[in-house]
Amino acid sequence: MPAAMFAIDLQHLSKSYGPVQAVQDVSLRVPPGELFGLIGPDGAGKTTLFRIMATLLLPDAGTAAVAGHDTRGGMRAIREVVGYMPGRFSLYPDLTVAENLDFFAALFRTTVRANYELIRDIYEPLAPFRDRRAGALSGGMKQKLALCCALIHKPEVLLLDEPTTGVDAVSRQEFWQVLGQLKARGITIMVSTPYMDEAARCERVALLQEGQVLRVDTPAALQAAYPVPLYAVRATGSLYPLLQSLRAYPATRTVYAFGEEAHLSLLPAATAAATTGTAEADLLGYLARAGHAQVQLRGLTPTIEDTFMELLGARPAATAPTAR
Amino acid sequence: MSGAATQLPGAVAGPVIRAEGLTKTFGAFTAVDAISFEVAAGEIFGFLGANGAGKTTAMRMLCGLLTPSGGVASVAGFDVGREPEAIKRRIGYMSQKFSLYDDLTVRENIRFYGGVYGLRTTEIRAKTEALLGRLGLAHERDALVGSLPLGWKQKLAFSVALLHDPAVVFLDEPTGGVDPITRRQFWDLLYEAAARGVTVFITTHYLDEAEYCDRVSIMVDGRMAALDTPAGLKQQFGAADMNEVFLQLARGAKNTE
Ligand SMILES: Nc1ncnc2c1ncn2[C@@H]1O[C@H](COP(=O)(O)OP(=O)(O)OP(=O)(O)O)[C@@H](O)[C@H]1O
Ligand SMILES: [Mg+2]
Repeated sequence: MPAAMFAIDLQHLSKSYGPVQAVQDVSLRVPPGELFGLIGPDGAGKTTLFRIMATLLLPDAGTAAVAGHDTRGGMRAIREVVGYMPGRFSLYPDLTVAENLDFFAALFRTTVRANYELIRDIYEPLAPFRDRRAGALSGGMKQKLALCCALIHKPEVLLLDEPTTGVDAVSRQEFWQVLGQLKARGITIMVSTPYMDEAARCERVALLQEGQVLRVDTPAALQAAYPVPLYAVRATGSLYPLLQSLRAYPATRTVYAFGEEAHLSLLPAATAAATTGTAEADLLGYLARAGHAQVQLRGLTPTIEDTFMELLGARPAATAPTAR
Repeated sequence: MSGAATQLPGAVAGPVIRAEGLTKTFGAFTAVDAISFEVAAGEIFGFLGANGAGKTTAMRMLCGLLTPSGGVASVAGFDVGREPEAIKRRIGYMSQKFSLYDDLTVRENIRFYGGVYGLRTTEIRAKTEALLGRLGLAHERDALVGSLPLGWKQKLAFSVALLHDPAVVFLDEPTGGVDPITRRQFWDLLYEAAARGVTVFITTHYLDEAEYCDRVSIMVDGRMAALDTPAGLKQQFGAADMNEVFLQLARGAKNTE
């Protein structure tokens, strides 16, 4: 078998469950050694794509090749070289931590000892609990163990479906350091995540929506794609009243909570219609009249999270229940 | 925010949650180690901590689902060890895994939980209509919950947890795995509930969400290592944001393990 040009090569994939079109004409190519991210709202088709790549599901149309093998007919070969971590429930709750790991190693005719180096950083916090049943682990501890199990046979291609959901902030950092090490060993990684700080750490990301690829780009290009000036607004007191005032402001285009600040974009007409010289001065006047103290307004470089919401926020299903 | 609390049938004077030396051991392992704190009515209380710190265990004790090994705690005026049934009627709980039935329709789920909480049929019917209207789910009333997008399921689960007008709602990672837009919509629901006087007790691993809480506690290895307003914590730890506060505290835990 010649070395594959692409570690993952998806061409015109479609898959529906009854009337639901889960994946619709998706084409993606990931070269060997790339760290590739899949982002998009729930129901965008990410898990279906993972299941097709892991040979658990056949597409209705199109082809999928992983590590040079077509998923049709290449099931055995693919399972040998792929590490797959499904979103949930991949462990045996009645086996202990150590038994789960041994089981997955044995499945691939290797041992935990042989590949311990790969999992050490993730496994170490679990080691004190090696004799605890996996079912009695906390949610985040289960995720870490599941990742160790997916890694223990030293796969060529890693498929990780929301591996850090439920994982705490410290462990998420360590986890991404480990992904960096795996990438340095030449392992191809496809990972989905709801955390936009993680999406920013991928080399490229595909933005999915309703089964289709909306866009494939580097995180930097995605950030740069934000179309209008963006502001950060803060004031004393709770953020919620500030959000409500900003939502009620006629010139507001979008407003989203971002930690202790609100991120705001204004309608283009706001500048033209400014009564006090600038759109910014108008806004500050409005907020002061609305009773907000010590309002700070500053221009902002958009993050990938801003772009994500910009590109996906327009559709009606995502309209906030508190209508503006 | 506490002013609205008196409107609630389940409301009590003083703190709604009170824990004193609350402890849980599993064999020789101490999962929750003598935590003490109070939560006021209408407060949004963020209950943070690293994986395995003991958040879910503590929350399950406060919900009357798990008997404490030591210490005392009361919720809405009832003792968690001696009166767990009374507590279950006065709280809402959303577990780390959602609690709705995928193979029941939206309406059937609401009816089922209304029954569990002891509401009368007429009450359930009225509440169902109001709830569907508020969530914009009126057209999905006969859809199976399993067929709804995660974000809708989660909003529905939250509303169902509030069906019986509980004094407190306990939310264990309600936004885990939820996309940026849906997460923010969910927080709007929390703000609205808190403004009506409902006490919100919530765990999350999204540290931007810690900023949205009135007060935040951070558990480290079963103990409550910090408790203050987000602003107070940032000041105390000389940190720019809650992410930094969390990293400082939780990193400390790893070293002593
Ligand atoms: N039934 C049990 N038997 C033994 N140990 C248990 C049991 N339930 C929980 N534990 C242990 O108690 C500790 C605290 O678990 P808990 O689920 O409360 O953590 P958590 O803070 O909710 O973590 P996460 O953020 O990962 O959800 C963990 O070490 C866990 O393995
Ligand atoms: Mg938990």
